[in-house]
Amino acid sequence: MGIVSPGFHGRPRSAAASLPPGQYLTEDFPVLSAGPTPRVPLDRWEFVITTETGQEHRWTWPELLALPSETPTVDLHCVTKWSKLATTWQGVPLDTLLAGVETASDYALVHSYGGYTTNLPLEDLLDGQAWVAYRYDGADLTPEHGGPARLLVPHLYLWKSAKWVRGIQLLHDDEPGFWETAGYHEYGDPWREQRYQGD
Amino acid sequence: MTKSIQTGRRLAWRVGRLVERRAETPTARTLVLDVPGWPGHLAGQHVDIRLTAADGYSTQRSYSLAAPADGDRVELTVQQVPDGEVSPYLAGVFSVGDPVELRGPVGGWFVWRPTDPPPVLLVAGGSGIVPLMAMVRARRAAGSRTPFRLIYSVRSPADQYYAQELRQQSGGLDVSYVYTREAPDGWPAPPRRISVADVNTNGWPPEFEPSCFVCGPTGFVETVANILVALGHEPRRVKTERFGPSGG
Amino acid sequence: MTEQDIERYEDGNALAGPLREIFAVDVTAAIGRCVACGLAGPVATLRVYRHAPGFVARCPGCDGVVLRLVRGPNDAWLDLRGTVSLRIPLTP
Repeated sequence: MGIVSPGFHGRPRSAAASLPPGQYLTEDFPVLSAGPTPRVPLDRWEFVITTETGQEHRWTWPELLALPSETPTVDLHCVTKWSKLATTWQGVPLDTLLAGVETASDYALVHSYGGYTTNLPLEDLLDGQAWVAYRYDGADLTPEHGGPARLLVPHLYLWKSAKWVRGIQLLHDDEPGFWETAGYHEYGDPWREQRYQGD
Repeated sequence: MTKSIQTGRRLAWRVGRLVERRAETPTARTLVLDVPGWPGHLAGQHVDIRLTAADGYSTQRSYSLAAPADGDRVELTVQQVPDGEVSPYLAGVFSVGDPVELRGPVGGWFVWRPTDPPPVLLVAGGSGIVPLMAMVRARRAAGSRTPFRLIYSVRSPADQYYAQELRQQSGGLDVSYVYTREAPDGWPAPPRRISVADVNTNGWPPEFEPSCFVCGPTGFVETVANILVALGHEPRRVKTERFGPSGG
Repeated sequence: MTEQDIERYEDGNALAGPLREIFAVDVTAAIGRCVACGLAGPVATLRVYRHAPGFVARCPGCDGVVLRLVRGPNDAWLDLRGTVSLRIPLTP
């Protein structure tokens, strides 16, 4: 820890007991990204799940919106140390999207428009843990926050909730994504403070 | 004093103490720090400042050095940003005698040395004047005769930093102003953003092959850099430093 | 340029401090060549997106990733696979 700056308090924050270790609460929703905001016209948008055998399952935008959706309220934990509690979303559960997909794979590599990728075990996308979300806080998800649609996997650090999601590749072997190949943790459990490789 | 960029050692955080603060405008302060063992620096370089709260929370910002190397003395000019996290602390709470962590000097590209031969054009947008003022002061401290022109774009006369010092400039430094919100009484033009005409009239012709340094907010820097290239300046002679979204 | 058009990036000068923790020389003046489009230029002109603890530096020509830096508590990860080479001035 650096020397304390006398009289410096920083943004209003609390390290409440309900937060993962090292996190602070925010009322904002900071915009952080690894690159320029992709602009995806809805008539060209698609979401594709590709199995380990190359089989593809595709949804256009109208097809996604026609699927049964949920309105989860979840806490978000960013590796930048900010947490935002009780955020409200609307999206299609990955359970629904994966229901018709035959696979023997264990891992997923998530792809975004703009080239971003992130990886996670397939089981972390199932059992009510993940959504393809297209509405946030009662309105359409804005491009700055990942719209038209983003992955939402709130039990992991927010870098796993890939913005501008375009598809998921199912793989036998874990393949690290954009930040995972640069030093972020391969799994990213905020409750075990898995920010960096080796944590 | 060290005239070169320090090499041979990785940088670590150092501790400095505030010895003096001066008001530049109602919302901007120049902070003078004493940093024991400061290795010196070049005009245009900056430092990273790290603040830590009692609970261990810490955050960092970068600030350009406002004055050339002078022993252990380091000067920064901080603009207080409304709702800022760091600037209200540095401009307001940080008191004489208080310690602060800094890392630097850093930045080896956006620098001017008194030994550089070409004439110099400085174009400042708002608080972008800070590193350019270090260059102006370095020129004076070195007794350099390199011709300098400064175009300083600012919202209003009240927002100008180093106002008196720039008014007193002479001997090879020409200063011109662009006012974007409020101009002084009797100003021949209404307030407006910097334009091709300002740069063409008050800058150096490209045939002089000047070194151009542009500093300020991203939009300003991009506009001016594009103007300079459009006027015929070689892109590699136009150096830019953007003050990005992390300010405050 | 509207507020929305201004993307949230800084320039490579913002990497000067973090890189100076790793290298004993300044790297912002180094000339890098983008693997994707071949554009060469100083690291200081890269478009830097902050995603603390990570930085992504992209080519100003094609937005390809040129450099990534993650600063952990005990390590720094520097990924240069987006750069063909870096030419680093050593004389001050």
